[in-house]
Amino acid sequence: MAEERVREIKMGRGMRGIGPKPKLENPGAIFKRLISYSFGQYKLHMVLVIVGIIVSVLCTVRGTLFTKELVDVYIIPLIGKKDPDFTPLSHAICKMIVIYAAGVLSSFMYNKLMIYVSQGSLKKIRINLFEKMENLPIKYFDTHSHGDIMSVYTNDVDTLRQTISQTMPQLLNSSITVVSILISMIALSIPLTLVTLMMVGVMMFATKKVVGKSSQFFVKQQGELGELNGYIEEMIQGQKVVKVFCHEDAAKEQFEELNDNLFLSANNANKYVNVMGPINAQLGNVSYVLVACVGAVLAIGGFGGFTLGSLASFLTFNRNFSMPINQISQQFNTVVMALAGADRVFKLMDEEPEVDEGYVMLVNAEKDDKGNITETDKRTGLWAWKHYHKADDTTTYVELKGDVVFDDVDFGYNDDKIVLHNVDISATPGMKIAFVGSTGAGKTTITNLINRFYDIQDGKIRYDGININKIKKADLRRSLGIVLQDTHLFTGTIKENIKYGKLDATDDEVIAAAKLANAHPFIRRLPQGYDTVITGDGGSLSQGQRQLLAIARAAIADPPVLILDEATSSIDTRTEKLIQTGMDKLMKGRTTFVIAHRLSTIKNSDCIMVLEQGHIIERGTHEELLKQKGRYYHLYTGNQIAG
Amino acid sequence: MVKKLLSHLGEYKKFALITPACMILEVIAETITPRLMGMLVDNGVDKGNVSYIIRVGLLMLLCALFGLVAGLTGGFTAAKASTGFARNLRKGMYDNIQTFSFSNIDRFSTAGLVTRLTTDVTNVQNAFQMIIRMSFRAPFSLIFAMTAAFLVSARIARIYLIAVIILAAIIVTIMLSAMKSFRQVFKKYDELNATVQENVNAIRVVKAYVREDYEKSRMVKACENIYNLFAGAESKVVLNAPSMMTAVYTCILLISWVGAHMIVSNELTTGELMTLLTYCMNILMNLMMLSMIFVMVSISMASAERIVEVLDESADIADPDAPVTKVKDGSIEFDDVDFSYYKESEAPVLKDITLKINSGETIGIIGGTGSGKSSLVNLICRLYDVMQGSVKVGGINVKQYDLETLRNEVAVVLQKNVLFSGSIYDNLRWGNPDATDEECKRACILACADEFIEKMPDKYDTHIERGGTNLSGGQKQRLCIARALLKNPKILILDDSTSAVDTATDAKIRHAFYKEIPDTTKIIISQRVSSVQDADRIIVMDDGRINGIGTHEELLNNNDIYRDVYESQTSERDFDATIQSST
Repeated sequence: MAEERVREIKMGRGMRGIGPKPKLENPGAIFKRLISYSFGQYKLHMVLVIVGIIVSVLCTVRGTLFTKELVDVYIIPLIGKKDPDFTPLSHAICKMIVIYAAGVLSSFMYNKLMIYVSQGSLKKIRINLFEKMENLPIKYFDTHSHGDIMSVYTNDVDTLRQTISQTMPQLLNSSITVVSILISMIALSIPLTLVTLMMVGVMMFATKKVVGKSSQFFVKQQGELGELNGYIEEMIQGQKVVKVFCHEDAAKEQFEELNDNLFLSANNANKYVNVMGPINAQLGNVSYVLVACVGAVLAIGGFGGFTLGSLASFLTFNRNFSMPINQISQQFNTVVMALAGADRVFKLMDEEPEVDEGYVMLVNAEKDDKGNITETDKRTGLWAWKHYHKADDTTTYVELKGDVVFDDVDFGYNDDKIVLHNVDISATPGMKIAFVGSTGAGKTTITNLINRFYDIQDGKIRYDGININKIKKADLRRSLGIVLQDTHLFTGTIKENIKYGKLDATDDEVIAAAKLANAHPFIRRLPQGYDTVITGDGGSLSQGQRQLLAIARAAIADPPVLILDEATSSIDTRTEKLIQTGMDKLMKGRTTFVIAHRLSTIKNSDCIMVLEQGHIIERGTHEELLKQKGRYYHLYTGNQIAG
Repeated sequence: MVKKLLSHLGEYKKFALITPACMILEVIAETITPRLMGMLVDNGVDKGNVSYIIRVGLLMLLCALFGLVAGLTGGFTAAKASTGFARNLRKGMYDNIQTFSFSNIDRFSTAGLVTRLTTDVTNVQNAFQMIIRMSFRAPFSLIFAMTAAFLVSARIARIYLIAVIILAAIIVTIMLSAMKSFRQVFKKYDELNATVQENVNAIRVVKAYVREDYEKSRMVKACENIYNLFAGAESKVVLNAPSMMTAVYTCILLISWVGAHMIVSNELTTGELMTLLTYCMNILMNLMMLSMIFVMVSISMASAERIVEVLDESADIADPDAPVTKVKDGSIEFDDVDFSYYKESEAPVLKDITLKINSGETIGIIGGTGSGKSSLVNLICRLYDVMQGSVKVGGINVKQYDLETLRNEVAVVLQKNVLFSGSIYDNLRWGNPDATDEECKRACILACADEFIEKMPDKYDTHIERGGTNLSGGQKQRLCIARALLKNPKILILDDSTSAVDTATDAKIRHAFYKEIPDTTKIIISQRVSSVQDADRIIVMDDGRINGIGTHEELLNNNDIYRDVYESQTSERDFDATIQSST
């Protein structure tokens, strides 16, 4: 309805439903699943909706038949009478008022019910989809383009919205209408029914021809639209370069060519769509004329009780018959498209979620004088791993310290391609470990293993002496702070963004964390200070400022282990120097893994690991490595290694 | 606004005018048919006149044929007018964007411009097509049917008129209030999608902080909210159909009652009654249609507004009336220059800049992010205009130069640089369309790009993907430098253009400049001290002002900032860059 069109215009998909049909493996199964998924929770609603549709259709059909009665029973017999009695007519009209009222009410009822059914099931789809998505492993996001994932939400769910709230009830309505009109028509006159059906056949044939032709041009139009959009995107993104090179005329020339191509194919595509309306309308008129003439002849002869009133009713049926048939054939395409969308929605829902077989939990702890650790509900600042041993039904508590050990770890994103080989790392609490190496050497990969974004193929990683596979993922990650090169913030206030690290943090804690990261000065200069609203990838802040916020976010979480993956790469050297004290404070007492290409960040590490093609080829302190005169030394002095 | 848009109809104006005319003809044909049918009943059926039936039948078929021809013509011209209109709008916007200065471009975001050129134009195209077809068809159909009804029986037609007025009032009320709600809903809906997008992009953060449940609960709340808004908005629209049905049914029953009386008292014929019943549907359906058109058009207005914004934007920087087309030499002079990007912003980006650079000099610029380095050099080739003071190149104010001349002589390699899809040669020749292969190669050798190009399978014919995605950062930067060198400029500006190039290669490029293009004024902006320390003079920028100028040694002695930066970088190199070049 109106709202649907509104959205179409908004989305720029005015020509939905026309074009090549997507191929589906098992449309029947998807359809069934979609129906049971969306309508399953609304069984009673749906029964009422169907009843409502049937009642309203029947009332309409009954209304059309009333024309026959009106003419044959209530008008013609009275013609020429001196003292016509309109009492029967008034009774009939009263009866019709009741019938029509029933029709209006049931139509209102089913439309209203349908709102709750469709919006409710869409709500369910959206929530389910999101919840499933949040539970997917990182691997899924790394192997699927974000654009594709987003398109499930924006395009596919949107198509479903249209299908569930509009197409389905309309299809139901149309089918019931077609059936009941057909029955009434047959009851009125079989020959005229045949005439009508024949013309419907002609209409369908014509539609098929035109659609076939137009879909060719639509494919062409889509292709050329894509090409032009691609060109526009590329050139507008490079518009400043175009200006600098005075390349405007050349840019215009190519644009014009693509623009003209699109115009031609768009014109053709639209032309074929536009002819469909008039052709169907006039074929409908032809059908109407044929029925009128044949019917008139039949009425004169009075064959099979065919009266003038029957003709009047039949003509209305004729009009109302072709409309739902056209609707059904048009909406068939929409349904196929929606099924393709539903397929993608269900595929995302069916993805294997991240499994967590860990059972060691992180709990608040208290330590008595003798050093025994007990569990407590209070927030003590002291944490412990609660480790339940099934074998002897005992529970032990290990203090959370931040001791991380890699023991001969192999890892590959796919089983057949190992990217990390025999990695041994031993980080005792408070140690600072740095990773150095070229892009693709495996630096970030190692940090992805500590928080179990990915699982290792071979070897062991131990955290405070516990195999990390035994630790509940949520608890493991809660004990790790991470700052990434691509700082992702969320739409909301600055305060909310810092609080992301600790949801129940007080304002004082937020400010303290911001001060530690040296973000406080710039935040205070913002018009609304800590309440300034920023957007997720907001342009209002510089990359450097956003990195400072990300550092503050990690600081407020106060984790025993920190992972800094190029955390300060966008901060210029002078500012970095300013926050260095804060960073040192942040790292103090914590096990820290650092990836950086700036030496100032790495130099004072307790151990520097030089990675190359997934192997640790050198390790040691800055001084030790320099003395070795190996790879690190060459990197440091800038001399190329011979050979 | 509408006028501005329509001025872009251009050569498609005639099609835009023919369409409504065809639509009106089609409507006439359609209005006649029911009347003919009435006559057929009265004169043919009632009197048993078969030859009359056949004659009228043929007449009706003729009407259908006439309607078909009009409808087809209208469909064709509508397609041509609307797609042609879209073509002209795109062209108009694109051509205007080409005249934009940097500050114009900054005002619209890149994504914003792309949307306007694509989605918004499509919206306007569809709306326009509907306007010229439907918005003429529906009201005319309504008026014709109404008139025809009046001709048949004024008494009954009056019932229609009253029904139309009441129904119109109801529908308009419903639609107006629904539209407001829908605007709200769709805004929220877009926000919802933005939240999802954020979650997809930041999934590592979400998982690292174990905030899955937090995000889920936020999402559930947002979905509940959308559900309520949607249900509320649709509850309004849902009243449309029953109102329409009530109006139709009321009319039918009233006509039946009144009509029956009239027929019996010989004021109306059966055929006329049937005609009137058909018109009843016509009139009320078209009213419904009209309300839909109204909604759709008003929604597409937002797109139209965005398009007009681009069309109306006039370039901030244009050629002067009597432009100077020759740049004498590469000397540059800043005279008490103030600059800010937005006129209304109180804190200027550059303040009190007075500076003289001699032709052929090599100048290094260093300073923290946001200190105004890029802004300073962008004024030289007049990418932006100063707020106060003047900038002179070759002794003449930049505002007096022909822009093309100035920008060809002052080559700037932008910080955010872009390569375009096409071969390496194609990209290089942006600098100089007439450059020979040898000249291209020479520029590449100077920029140290030759070494990696020669290693590529197709060498200089290698295809570069959009945005240069098949090249590394350092390779892209070197190609951009070569492209600028091909201009053979008097002034060459490198705005942090070697940040991804390793130090050794960086030094090699600078050395080549020194040897091969000694007469060109060179300005090098860098974060690295090593890139600027051998320049003739180094400018230290801080907070929009020149903090110090001098040679490396001088600045080490008398400039705190420079010393700070130097010390923080001593004997340091960007690790990744070094590593990349050695692997």
